[in-house]
Order: sequence, then structure tokens, then C-alpha cells
Amino acid sequence: MSNNVNITNTNVLNAKFRQDFAIIAGWVGFGSKVLDLGCGDGELLVYLRDALEAKGYGVEKDDAHWLACLKNGTNVIQMDLEDGLSGFEDQSFDTVILSQTLQAMHNTEEIVQEMLRVGKEIIVTFPNFGYWRNRMQITAGNMPVSKTLPYQWFDTPNVHLCTINDFDEFCNNHKITVIERKVITDGEEVGFMPNLLGNLAMYRLKAN
Amino acid sequence: MSEINSVGIVAPQTAHFSEPLTLKSGEILPQFDLVYETYGTLNATKSNAVLICHALSGNHHVAGKYNTDDKYAGWWDNLVGPNKPLDTNKFFVIGLNNLGGCHGSSGPSSIKPKSKKPYGASFPIVTVEDWVNSQARLLDYLGIETLAAVIGGSLGGMQALQWTIAHPARLKHALVIASAPNLTAQNMAFNEVARQAIITDPEFYGGDYYAHKTVPRRGLRIARMLGHITYLSDDAMGEKFGRKIKDKIKYSFDVEFEMESYLRYQGDKFAGEFDANTYLRMTRALDYYDPALEFGGDLSKALAQVKAEFLVVSFTSDWRFSPDRSREIVKALLDNERTVSYAEVTALHGHDAFLMPDAHYHAILRAYLQKIET
Repeated sequence: MSNNVNITNTNVLNAKFRQDFAIIAGWVGFGSKVLDLGCGDGELLVYLRDALEAKGYGVEKDDAHWLACLKNGTNVIQMDLEDGLSGFEDQSFDTVILSQTLQAMHNTEEIVQEMLRVGKEIIVTFPNFGYWRNRMQITAGNMPVSKTLPYQWFDTPNVHLCTINDFDEFCNNHKITVIERKVITDGEEVGFMPNLLGNLAMYRLKAN
Repeated sequence: MSEINSVGIVAPQTAHFSEPLTLKSGEILPQFDLVYETYGTLNATKSNAVLICHALSGNHHVAGKYNTDDKYAGWWDNLVGPNKPLDTNKFFVIGLNNLGGCHGSSGPSSIKPKSKKPYGASFPIVTVEDWVNSQARLLDYLGIETLAAVIGGSLGGMQALQWTIAHPARLKHALVIASAPNLTAQNMAFNEVARQAIITDPEFYGGDYYAHKTVPRRGLRIARMLGHITYLSDDAMGEKFGRKIKDKIKYSFDVEFEMESYLRYQGDKFAGEFDANTYLRMTRALDYYDPALEFGGDLSKALAQVKAEFLVVSFTSDWRFSPDRSREIVKALLDNERTVSYAEVTALHGHDAFLMPDAHYHAILRAYLQKIET
């Protein structure tokens, strides 16, 4: 197992107040059973535990993150998401979360299907490649580098970047129900032209 | 380093139990001794005790030395001591020799009461369940109701798991390392070959070799050599020995390769200090352990009553107790919504990795143990 590449980007929007955490908390019921895939140091699980008494489990591949999770007092299972979620029973979690990790997955379709199998609901968040600043950089002739996409083209773990339009289509084609979608930029919700003005896309989904 | 953080000079103690112990086989052991060592200090509320369960060839001498000039410290000395991952400044650590052992606890080579002769073949077959029940007796003897944790690797991990099943209220944490919820057919097959090597040794005499003043040394030696092959990964053996030639090729069946030298050395050393009857029983305990059996093979049901919080650890190159087997334990715990963390440590050394002081592995144990409230 290679643990060299850090595919969890949970720190990229490290504002004092994590608007994305607050939105996720709004979508997770009190006392829910939550599975956070690519949980990093367990920050979100700690937040959900403290705010909602959620019973949380994290999945993390990276050794250092795994250890940080353990030190944070969260349950953490070390495994590679690319292998699927075979250790988890069907519909055994209220919510399965994939926070800013989708774009780094190779088996994108498989992980979403696996999440829908294991979770009654799922939450997927990702950096919107259609965000205007990204488009500007492309127009200027370069691959985008930003707070949400902090990598150079040659060292990025991101392999499946997409726009909000792309993901809407993906959900439609895979018969996934979008319960709710929120888009934020610098911690503020974006209602107008989200695919252009939104930096982080957040989806609350369930199987059709 | 290890000298600085050593528990220092230690001495074993013996607890005698005169209440009969009914074994899983139905046999009754009318009385028995358990030899044990302790490190650190039991706190006033008796809430800081940690039990270490040993594997196939282990014993009660977990840490420290008996004499300053001892060549080796206890078998898990890199883990146990002041400021070590299992910190004896915080915990009261207990190591014991399991029933059927050959290091002072009642076993085939110990003297059968009233007979003045060793038990030999008449010593009953003991199981993981029996060990855990006898360990609970030792806790009673020490006046400890609840353990802060039970730790074990390999066969020791099976005992830690069994503790959570048999005595769920008597432990807070179980650290199950490089273990499995039962053995696969391949794993049992290695045990059978080891036993056959011993049993077919002409000096075995059906297990009563003490009376014949012999030792089935050849059998035990081969059993141990086989074991050592399975405890290392192909890569670890490659790195350690490769195809290195001992001296120069002599076109003979003497030691030609370094690997052969290692195996023969380990086999000889073991055959000189371990009891063959104990080895037979330890491998059988491994084979028989299968807590899911009475639940139609459903481990999740077998673990439905466990209360302890779990840390499960496996090693990537361990093929005798592979990560897949640890994941079965993790899955059963997840099915029951238990508190569990699982680490899959990237390690070269195969099954032996659980005894090595790998920095990340020890950081995991240290972090977990530090968080335990006593």
C-alpha cells in the first residue's frame, strides 16, 4: 500500500468557521451513524460528534492522518477507498460522507455506488472546476492553481476534476436523487450561477 | 535506549489454584499453577491493569531481566517499560505463562500432583477459552476486577478477542494484533506438519518421553524451522538472507546457504529450551479457536455481546495472519456498532512484525494506550 500521496484535501478551506462542516451538520441528523471516507485527521467527525453526538467512523489510508485521527479520539479504519467498501454492510450508516476526495478517486463511479449501498444518504463535496477563477486561468493558458486546487498539474493527486454541471449530469445518468445541493465560495453560500461563481460544491444524495 | 527505559530486574511469581478448572474438552484440572510477572504499580482503584497474552512460544517473562548479565530481556521488552508505548509509569502490566506451558505454569512437563512424575501425555488439551478462564482466575487472585486492557499478538490476539466474548464486563480495551478469528485450512496445515514432525520422532514415546529420559529434539527442531518460514515474508527472507552462501558451495547437504544456517540455529535453540508436548498443545489451541462456530460461522453474532473498545492491527506482509483476517474481526465489530479502530501497518517482516519496534506501529500503540483512562 502506498501512503505517499495525500488525497484528503480537508484542510484546503481552513477558515476559522468551516461553512462546509456546518452545512454537512445540517444534513446529518442528531445521533446519526456517520461514515467519513478519506477522513483526514478526523476533524469533521469530531465536529459532528461534538455538535450532534453522531456515532462516527472514519476511513483513512494515510498513516500520518490515521494516527492523527486516533489521537483525536475518532474510530478510524485504515483502508484504500479504491478497493470499495466491502467491510461495510448495506444501508448500515445513516450518512456516508466523501468530503473533497471524489476528484482524487480513480474508481469514481464505484465509490459513489458503494456509498449509496452502505449509506441511507450520502454527502459528496468537491472543488468546482467550473469556478470562474479556474476558467480564467485556463483561458490564460494554465492549469488552475488555487486554495481549493493547491497542486501543480504534475504533482496533483486529482484525477477526476469536474464541474457542477458535470456532476448534475452524472447523478442524472446514474439515477441518483439529489436531495439538496449547496454551493459555497469562501464560506458564503452562492445561489446565483453556481457553476460559475461557486468554488465548493456540496451534494446530499440518495439512491433513486 | 531499551536499557534506559527498562523495567529493570524482575522476578516471576507463582499463583496456586486449588479450585478445579473445567476445560472446554470436558476434562477437569483439579488444581493448577500459573507463573506470572508484573511491572509497574497497581493503582488504588485497581483500574490500571493490563494483561499481556503470549503467542505460541511465549511466556510470562515479557519485560526486564532476571539478572543484569542476562543476554536478552523479556520477549516484548521493546513495548513494556517506563515511557515505552505500554508505559509502566501508568499501567500495571501482567504477563503470565499459559496453562500447558513449559515455563512454570502447570503443563505436560510439570510434576503431576501426588504422582511425583511429569504429566506427560496425560496433561489435557487446553484451549484459548480455557486460557482466558484461567487468566480470569489469576485476576481474582490478584484482586483485580476489571482490566484497563488486554493485549496480544497472533495466538495472544485470539485470547484478547476471547476475553471480550467470555468476560465482556471485565475489560475496557482489547488490542488484537496480527491475529485472526480462526485459522484457515492452510494455517492449520502448517500446524499439522509441525505436530507430525514431533509425534513421529522416535524419541517422542507418545508424549511420555520424560520417563524415557529423551527429548523429541528432531521433531521439535523441524516444527520450529517450519514455523520460522511462515513467520517471515518472502521479501524479508530475501532481504535478510537472499541466496547468500555460507562459505562456499560444497555440493553437499550441509549448510550451504545463510538461510539454512538461520533455520538450523533457530530450530536447535528452540529444541533445546522448549517442550514438545507444550508445542503440540499450543498449536492445537490455535486450530480449535473459532468463536463463530456456535453461531453458524457468523462472527458478528459471536461478538454481539462484547463491550470492550478495540484496536485491531495487522501487517501488510503477514501471510500467516493476513490483514484480511483482521478485517473480518473489524467487520464483525462494525456490524455491532462497537468502538473500533483498525490499522494496517506497512511492514516487511511478515508475522514477526508484531514483535518489532517499527516506529509507526509503536506510535499507534502508544497513542492508543495513552488515551486509555485509568
